Amino acid sequence: MNNLTFMPVLWPLFTGIILIFFAKKIKLQRGISLFSSLIGIVISLYLVLSVNNQGILTLGVGSWDAPFGIVIVADMLSSLLVLTTNIIGSAILIYSFYSIGKERETHYYYPVFQFLLIGVNGAFLTGDLFNLFVFFEVMLMASYVLLVLGGTKIQLRESLKYIIVNVLSSAFFVIMVAYLYSVLGTLNMAHLSQRISEVNQPGIISVIAIGFLIVFGLKGAIFPLFQWLPGSYYAPPIPVMALFGALLTKVGIYAIFRTYTLMFYHDQNFTHTFLAVLGILTIIIGVIGAIAYWDVKKIIIYNIIIAVGVIIFGISLMNEQALSGSILYIIHDMLIKAALFLLVGIMIKISGSDNLRNMGGLIKQYPALAWTFFIAAISLAGIPPFSGFAGKLLILQGAAEKEAYFGMAAVLISSLMVLYSVMKIFINGFWGTPKADYTLAKNTVNKMLVPAVLLVVLSVLFGVGTESIYPFISQAVDTLMNPDIYIDAVLKE
Amino acid sequence: MELLMAIVIGILFMSATYLMLSKSILRIIIGTGLLSHGAHLLILTMGGLKGGSVPLLSDKVASYVDYVDPLPQALILTAIVISFGVTSFLLVLAYRTYQELGTDDMEEMRGTEANE
Repeated sequence: MNNLTFMPVLWPLFTGIILIFFAKKIKLQRGISLFSSLIGIVISLYLVLSVNNQGILTLGVGSWDAPFGIVIVADMLSSLLVLTTNIIGSAILIYSFYSIGKERETHYYYPVFQFLLIGVNGAFLTGDLFNLFVFFEVMLMASYVLLVLGGTKIQLRESLKYIIVNVLSSAFFVIMVAYLYSVLGTLNMAHLSQRISEVNQPGIISVIAIGFLIVFGLKGAIFPLFQWLPGSYYAPPIPVMALFGALLTKVGIYAIFRTYTLMFYHDQNFTHTFLAVLGILTIIIGVIGAIAYWDVKKIIIYNIIIAVGVIIFGISLMNEQALSGSILYIIHDMLIKAALFLLVGIMIKISGSDNLRNMGGLIKQYPALAWTFFIAAISLAGIPPFSGFAGKLLILQGAAEKEAYFGMAAVLISSLMVLYSVMKIFINGFWGTPKADYTLAKNTVNKMLVPAVLLVVLSVLFGVGTESIYPFISQAVDTLMNPDIYIDAVLKE
Repeated sequence: MELLMAIVIGILFMSATYLMLSKSILRIIIGTGLLSHGAHLLILTMGGLKGGSVPLLSDKVASYVDYVDPLPQALILTAIVISFGVTSFLLVLAYRTYQELGTDDMEEMRGTEANE
């Protein structure tokens, strides 16, 4: 029992409630949000260190013991992701100060921002399947508001599709929870895992596993279920887009991580092969999109889908290297995607267009922006010593061990294509002759650049210092590879 | 009783699918409503309908077999509240969209060309 476990959820909740009262006072809202998100980073850092010292931390909500009550579980994977979420949240918050606009700021942008963080942190920390559904809904509710806030035509049109898709997937989630409950009579994840291994995963459980894959796949945008993503993420302003791109799909992937390593791991020939095929197809589709478009936002959006594919492929291999690779890669991808969205946002703001054909020659006037983008771009492609490299290398080692050569080829070729797609932005956007007279003051650009630079520096440190972070990652992988650690921590207290 | 419930749930899902495949926003929203009703009934049925007694200890209930499982009811309550909130948000959004775009036909809301 440790109340610290639930703090990453409670803290933004308090902040959000306080912020609602000061909706019209922009300066105060900014101050409170920034202060709160910095404290959020401290709390989650402390959580990571405590989990490192004491092992998995649990909290039975309302002092009901597991498996009867809802249990909040912070293992290494969850707490690392919570830490990353809080860091990205703070960076995007700072960026919002300069770009979201007064109208949105006075219409509850900051409170809803905090509510989104509640949902994301909660989804990472919960140890109960139905509670996961509830936190998904909290997160989605906040994302609906952020997506539609501002009410431009494209936002309204795309939110409608986004909400309908998500309502459908929520209904599916409830249906799958009902089936699982009727088969196993519990919804606590540790307890479920125990009972599934007692019955050794009969066919019905595998069917439910695929059902959950549909639910989480819709959120995480894996191959046949991603069509809503390019349209919906395109609509909102840049900070919201960065928030969605960095956090929301990753929650879906985390849920796949959790369910496929903790619960549905007995029939790997069926479920995990299925996952591997979907992962590879996701990579291929993402690559096609990323190299086809000339719109900078679209290129980065399709890069989200590629990363999802790589991580899913890593999970499907289910060995130590591949899983630690996936964890490294998911953290790297959250950091670098947020940074890239912010940088692309600055480019769009300077040139007034999101089409690469209307940009060019930005490097002369804004060299700092150009070189930050360059570093972010090659990190994304996974060039050593930057952060994407270690994750991809470990996933490839895992694939070699399982002799999944087709997937290896897909991951490797996709890296080249990713490099091509971001270099296309770099060459067409920064080199060449300026297409217009760029008038945006350097001062404004530098201010907006600060959060992006912070994220890029962090990801470079993450890449260079992978060796020193590795103990944390391997602790996370231990729990994933041996579900008994998780079960003992939750049920024997 | 379980069989009857299964048929009812099937009919709800069928109508929901039919409505959600149409072009008009309002029909789609009613479809999502029916879909969540079906899902809620499904939880109730999956928890086991049993004897139908309240889940409280008393002398009148012969054995624990008669007790209804209270957990699915708690789950349904949460799910109903959530789907209620989302549906009302969706209705308001549909109205605003109709005001702004002047159409309630999903076919006219593709916008793929507009993005390029």
